[in-house]
Amino acid sequence: MVQVLALHVGIVVAIGALLAVLLELADRFIANYGECRIVINESEDKSITVDGGGNLLGALVDRKIFIPSACGGRGSCGLCKVKVHEGGGPLLPTETPYLSKEELKNNVRLSCQVKVRNDLRIEIPPELFSIREFRGKVSRILDRTYDMKELTIDLLEPDSIEFKPGQYVQLTAPEYAKSDQPVYRAYSLASDSTHRNYVQLLIRRVPDGICTTWVFDYLKQGQEVSINGPYGDFFLRPTDREIIFIAGGSGLAPIRSMLFEMVHEGIDRKSTFYYGAQARADLSYVEEMHEFEDKLPRFRFMPALSNPQQTDEWEGPTGLITEVVDRGDHDFKEAEAYLCGSPGMIDACIKVLSVKGMPGDQIFYDKFA
Amino acid sequence: MEIPAVAIFFAAIFTSNILLVNFLGMCSFLSISREIKASVGLGLAVTFVLTTTSAIAYFLNEYILVPFGMEHLRYIVFIVVIAAFVQLVEIVIERISPILYINLGIFLPLITVNCAILGSLLFLVIRDYNFLQSIAFGAGSGLGWMLAIVALAGIRQRMKYSKVPPALEGPGIALIITGLMSLAFVGFSGMIPIQ
Repeated sequence: MVQVLALHVGIVVAIGALLAVLLELADRFIANYGECRIVINESEDKSITVDGGGNLLGALVDRKIFIPSACGGRGSCGLCKVKVHEGGGPLLPTETPYLSKEELKNNVRLSCQVKVRNDLRIEIPPELFSIREFRGKVSRILDRTYDMKELTIDLLEPDSIEFKPGQYVQLTAPEYAKSDQPVYRAYSLASDSTHRNYVQLLIRRVPDGICTTWVFDYLKQGQEVSINGPYGDFFLRPTDREIIFIAGGSGLAPIRSMLFEMVHEGIDRKSTFYYGAQARADLSYVEEMHEFEDKLPRFRFMPALSNPQQTDEWEGPTGLITEVVDRGDHDFKEAEAYLCGSPGMIDACIKVLSVKGMPGDQIFYDKFA
Repeated sequence: MEIPAVAIFFAAIFTSNILLVNFLGMCSFLSISREIKASVGLGLAVTFVLTTTSAIAYFLNEYILVPFGMEHLRYIVFIVVIAAFVQLVEIVIERISPILYINLGIFLPLITVNCAILGSLLFLVIRDYNFLQSIAFGAGSGLGWMLAIVALAGIRQRMKYSKVPPALEGPGIALIITGLMSLAFVGFSGMIPIQ
């Protein structure tokens, strides 16, 4: 009886094992796509070689090329778009809901749905190459005004960042009492880009803002935070044109970073920084800006108050920042403008600059939405 | 009397259609019959699995299960064989047609539990077919199942443009159509006795 039982079990196991071997062979030979070469942006040194069979998003992330993705490759967020010019195979029904007609025409695909089965030729925005996730420690929280804090974050892992002055990073506010999920908010880098081991962000309180409330009421010195970046194409263009900087509130951040760059690089362009605030209590960094005036002979700092208080004893220009710019003595047709601030302020400034004759392609801006 | 394998092959397709006469394999039949292309793909996959597993089932039954007196293990052995071959088909389809792979979705691995396949394997054992008959029956059943699903897909594709009473939309009208198709096929049943 026992013998018969053992025999039967043995036979069933043998059949199972035989089939398993068959499947293993199929996996080895049929599902083996070999090594595939992914040529990125037509550049040989950016190209990577990966084992085929997986999806493109995974292959890129493995090589530390961060493609934005919120769903982690399940094809439900539609963020991981890249251009696949060759070898992507047919468009899948899982992708079509996320792609516009224009994107379809330009070979845009969802990288989490594209399988790496053969050599690929793809195109991704170049700035994605330097995007990293950074772990850092808040080493200083400084009140710059009654509603604006300067955050200094020492980078731990990786411990240095390379960015173009004017770019921004995303700060992660973790789950806390007012928010049941982590949120990302973008803040311009305010620090000197030659100081690679720390970053500084200017954060102005937004009433009921999830991230700013966390920064103002919960974040403590010494706490670990996570940022990712750098992102954005707001940076100083390498021309000889006169520069008009215009900013309000925490919009000073990217311009401060650009001024550090001008000092280090010895960029001696005629430049004026119009900084708009309501009253003296809203002004910050005034002394530092005057120091920049000493270091940059052709730079002028022009703070302007729209609503100066009696006690402010303000003798500088007054009025909305657009009015002050309007009165400025510049060759607007030949100058370049860099704007940073609220959407309302930026739209108003673009209007004034256009009326003054500045061509649209000489106006650069970073809107804080 | 020995029935010729060719007769079994054609009978399995037309007069004893596994789906429209025996009503096996209804689940994926109703789900993957919206487009002809996908249903042809699934039909081919089922046909492949059914043909290969018929041959293997015959050998396993004849040379292992019966001699060792383990007929009671028939179900489990057959299901394991089917599962392995479905896996194989999955690997092959993913390689040659990613679109078909996505379109078939979950119904590709679910061929494993497609009762048309296990049903056919058990039929050929019960009916005591020889090797050739078994293969003919397996291939015929697969093609018959494919014929039925492609026919239904064709009708459903055209039905997009016709007015269906709202209560019957989807599976409702599909089942009624299947019934009508079945009536036509049952009319031929018994013309070629295969058991």
